[in-house]
Amino acid sequence: MFYREAGQFKTSYKADQAIFTITQDKFFVGAFLVIAFGVVPFFIDDYWANAILIHVLVYALAGLGLNILTGYCGQVSLGTGGFMAVGAYASYKLTTSFPEMNFIIVLLLSGGVTACVGMFFGLPSLRIKGFYLAVATLAAQFFLVWLFNKVGWFFNYSPTGMIVSPPREVFGFLITGPEASPAVRYLFCLSVVTVFALAAKNIVRGRIGRSWMAIRDMDIAAELIGIRPLEAKLSAFAVSSFYVGVAGALYFNVWLGSAEPTEAFDIFQSFFVLFIVIIGGLGSILGSFLGAAFMVLVPITLKTIMVDGMGFAVGAAKHVEVMLLGALIIFFLIVEPHGLARLWQILKEKLRRWPFPY
Amino acid sequence: MTYERTIGDTILAVDQISLSFGGVRALSDISFSVRQHEVFAIIGPNGAGKSSMLNCINGFYHPQKGTITFKGKTRRQVRPSEAARDGIARTFQNIALFSGMSTLDNIMTGRNTKMNKGLFWQAIRLGPAEKEEMEHRAVVERVIDFLEIEAIRKTAVGTLPYGLQKRVELGRALAAEPDLLLLDEPMAGMNLEEKQDMCRFILDVNDEFGTTIVLIEHDMGVVMDISDRVVVLDYGKKLAEGTPDEVRTNQDVIDAYLGVSHGEDE
Repeated sequence: MFYREAGQFKTSYKADQAIFTITQDKFFVGAFLVIAFGVVPFFIDDYWANAILIHVLVYALAGLGLNILTGYCGQVSLGTGGFMAVGAYASYKLTTSFPEMNFIIVLLLSGGVTACVGMFFGLPSLRIKGFYLAVATLAAQFFLVWLFNKVGWFFNYSPTGMIVSPPREVFGFLITGPEASPAVRYLFCLSVVTVFALAAKNIVRGRIGRSWMAIRDMDIAAELIGIRPLEAKLSAFAVSSFYVGVAGALYFNVWLGSAEPTEAFDIFQSFFVLFIVIIGGLGSILGSFLGAAFMVLVPITLKTIMVDGMGFAVGAAKHVEVMLLGALIIFFLIVEPHGLARLWQILKEKLRRWPFPY
Repeated sequence: MTYERTIGDTILAVDQISLSFGGVRALSDISFSVRQHEVFAIIGPNGAGKSSMLNCINGFYHPQKGTITFKGKTRRQVRPSEAARDGIARTFQNIALFSGMSTLDNIMTGRNTKMNKGLFWQAIRLGPAEKEEMEHRAVVERVIDFLEIEAIRKTAVGTLPYGLQKRVELGRALAAEPDLLLLDEPMAGMNLEEKQDMCRFILDVNDEFGTTIVLIEHDMGVVMDISDRVVVLDYGKKLAEGTPDEVRTNQDVIDAYLGVSHGEDE
């Protein structure tokens, strides 16, 4: 009843192509951002920051990265964990080698390094497609993790093989290390993710995004209308890996604080991010956020209900969680391949007509 | 054809093209030339090599022998994306739209080769990239207007009926403002009304934008009506070339393809 665009006329192509074309949408998104930036930091504590909010934000960013590659450009990747490791180790090497470097620069450079690595492992995509490409990216996953385990230079020859994030400041606020306050770490992640999400939205609705989608939907026709497959696919790998690399750097520095490659960046990370993208919605920016929230919150909710509420053993709750996630993924693949984002869209369509559908 | 047109010089010259797939000779020694601003038809029975010919022209197939000269540039092998950048656009026999994208986005992809703002500006969007986007949107809107598909602008093309999809595909080709437009059976599977519409669009494109058109079509009424010249292929060989009237009366063509309307001997 309150959500409809009647009477809202667009008089320029610019207004027609805005991200949120409906006034109510603009209002809600604005309110959401105000709460996220202005209200949440005052109430946040360690549990909320670590277990939920930063967790969701980091995975949303990784999901955005994979969504660009898989959802928009149609190239399947199982190397996300490996690329996150590249971002994490790049940031570790950079920040330990140049302690004075601003941490934002470190983040961007880590993304850049990951983009280069991603482009390299994306080269097979010019020849192979689908499952075979997935297997090729799987090689990246195993190779990269092996590399970071094996070569001492990457973890500064620390005897445990672990990397530990040193304390770093941004604009005078401590954001990494055990002393950093949850509110500051949350705000930093939120700012990075917001900026990156906006940039991703801009890219996918412009020329480059259209060339990715054209390659995804019909690569031969795309080439016949002048899109160079090499350029489109490698740029998708580069941008996607950049996002995943920054997510990996945040994951290691701001969220975990310390990491060990076989555990923190194993193949299950790759699958976890892939599930985020599938459940959230392939080819949707919003979907990456919904998927990340879903994948993070379902286990926590289950644990709260089953273990704390009903007194089940922790192991039993874990088993139920695995079963439930498996079932949900099959459910989404069959019923709604476009994921939560599509369900949200359908809901909005319905809402526009409610309560008088005709 | 009542309106005045000036047929210019040769824009596309196909010289001694031969193409074979293993032992199958799809095309052998085909030569013809298309002049600027002309509507040129390629006809022939199924398997004559018509689509292969188009595929050679825009670089999808690489002929083993012969050259193709387009706008003064002679070449034998070219990448499809380079041919598109040179100004050759095409539509397909089986619709090849980007089914997950809206009509507007599909047609906008036709403008991709004309846009050049890099990733950085695209990510920021405000400023140069947005300005560029709006300029091209205006061109695309003219194409949408021209093809009378305003109402389906934001509809995903996968959900559109066949006739409209064909029109969107033509729109995507037109958006690139090509010098040469290759149409592979633009009227296949259409009813009479849709065919009339499509003929009107083809003639209008040729007339208003001065686009040279090479088309493959099986409806002889349409071909003879709208084309300036016709080339007839059969089993990969050229049977005849000339104006519709010349071709219609050519005995070889009648035997191989057209047949006789009320035959005495079968």
